[in-house]
Amino acid sequence: MTPETLVEIKGLNFSYGERSILKGVNMTMSRGKVIAIMGGSGSGKTTLLRLIGGAVRPSSGYVKVAGKVVHELKRDELFEMRRKMSMLFQFGALFTDLSVFDNVAFQMREHTDLPESMIRDLVLMKLQAVGLRGVHNLMPAQLSGGMARRVALARSIALDPLLIMYDEPFTGLDPISLTVIGNLIRRLTDALGMTSIVVTHDVQESLKIVDYVYFISEGVIAAHGTPAEVRGSVAPFVHQFVHGEEDGPVSFHYPAETYASDLKLEKGFA
Amino acid sequence: MPRRIVIGIRGVGHRVIDSIWRLGYASRFFLLTLLKSGISFRRFGLVIRELYFTGVLSLIIIIVSGLFVGMVLGLQGYETLQRFGAESAVGTMVALSLVRELGPVVAALLFASRAGSAITAEIGLMKATDQLAAMEMMAVDPIARVVAPRFWAGVISMPFLAAMFSVVGVFGGYLVAVVLIGVDDGSFWSQMQNAVDFRYDIVNGVIKTCVFGVAVTAIAVFEGYDASPTAEGVSGATTRTVVTSSLAILGLDFVLTSVMFRGMS
Repeated sequence: MTPETLVEIKGLNFSYGERSILKGVNMTMSRGKVIAIMGGSGSGKTTLLRLIGGAVRPSSGYVKVAGKVVHELKRDELFEMRRKMSMLFQFGALFTDLSVFDNVAFQMREHTDLPESMIRDLVLMKLQAVGLRGVHNLMPAQLSGGMARRVALARSIALDPLLIMYDEPFTGLDPISLTVIGNLIRRLTDALGMTSIVVTHDVQESLKIVDYVYFISEGVIAAHGTPAEVRGSVAPFVHQFVHGEEDGPVSFHYPAETYASDLKLEKGFA
Repeated sequence: MPRRIVIGIRGVGHRVIDSIWRLGYASRFFLLTLLKSGISFRRFGLVIRELYFTGVLSLIIIIVSGLFVGMVLGLQGYETLQRFGAESAVGTMVALSLVRELGPVVAALLFASRAGSAITAEIGLMKATDQLAAMEMMAVDPIARVVAPRFWAGVISMPFLAAMFSVVGVFGGYLVAVVLIGVDDGSFWSQMQNAVDFRYDIVNGVIKTCVFGVAVTAIAVFEGYDASPTAEGVSGATTRTVVTSSLAILGLDFVLTSVMFRGMS
């Protein structure tokens, strides 16, 4: 693990009961980079984020963040580490009983003894960075989906984390909001020198902003590379995914009994 | 043994084990809530905010119900007592029924359906919209920050709501018995003062409300926190809060009454 590596994942296995979600995943993520994790729905992408954040424990293998194995940390140590990482949830997960201002100020009030005047300045600076200083008095219910996600982004950079994880940040956004969020992820990563892990299945938008891409399919890494390598890849899975083809290694049909037997058209029934 | 019977027995066993597991999980959650209550008292503003939602906003339903229950007690009490020529004891009857039983029990039932269900729905929806997970990821414990303040607000507001219910109920009884029917004003109040004992009646009533407050709010926060993060899960949890806490109130009331008022005249 070099000093530039922030997250290292080795031989990671995870299962829910009998169902195996991740099978021997290896990844390395460097500081200051934007890394995309792509894959179809249910391929284990979000589970991977939960493993990095220490929300669930791996069946075997490990995730190291800043040199520490996440699942071996005690609760206090885990909470200490989480102050250096942040997560942007799919629909923002803003606290609906707090105003936009209080949402962004939440972590500062919980984890620091900063005076209220300084918190106010910091919150307005974070909101300015996402272009929403003007909405600090509104409640989350009064924001559009794209605005809520930008406020959540401001909240997630409140304590200048080393690592931000984005769970499907592009879902359900109009084209303008999509570009805004994408550019913000890139800009904030560069400006704050942090590492961003973007879990997404929005190929075109994410290829514009990321440094490296991992494809996950059925719990294993099917391919990885830079955006240029991914675009030029002839690997069947990558080709199907990047070009959004209906059939390929990922079959259109979910595994089932034969069609004829389900319709009772076999011998004796016909 | 036929296969269906085996499956049936297995199903029953499965349910029993599940229920015991869930009871253990709920007890552990309750203990964790108590252990992590420090922040609620260090930053009492968090509890005060919840006191407004659970206590103050429940006042209307408590006051209106208390008034009507007291009025009905006055009417029924007069109707029965006047057969024995004891209509002046209607004040005693209204006050004792309210302070010992109806005040704590009905106020707790109303509290469970008004505030308990709201607490469950709020925590359940926070879970369904990833707010609790987001809080965890921000290194803030949701049990300390979300659950404990709501729990203490419920426990604190319940005795006051029940007291308010009893006070308004006595006033309702007065309105019907004295103002409408014309029972003697002086004997209504003096008989009540003689009959109602502070230690046995009022303190025991307050103890009941405290127990009900803990039971209802503990059930409400647990059901919310344990709800499946879907619309169906939250609605099921809300229903379970009202049903379970109503049954708990009535069951606990019998136990407490049998301990407190055994052998008393």
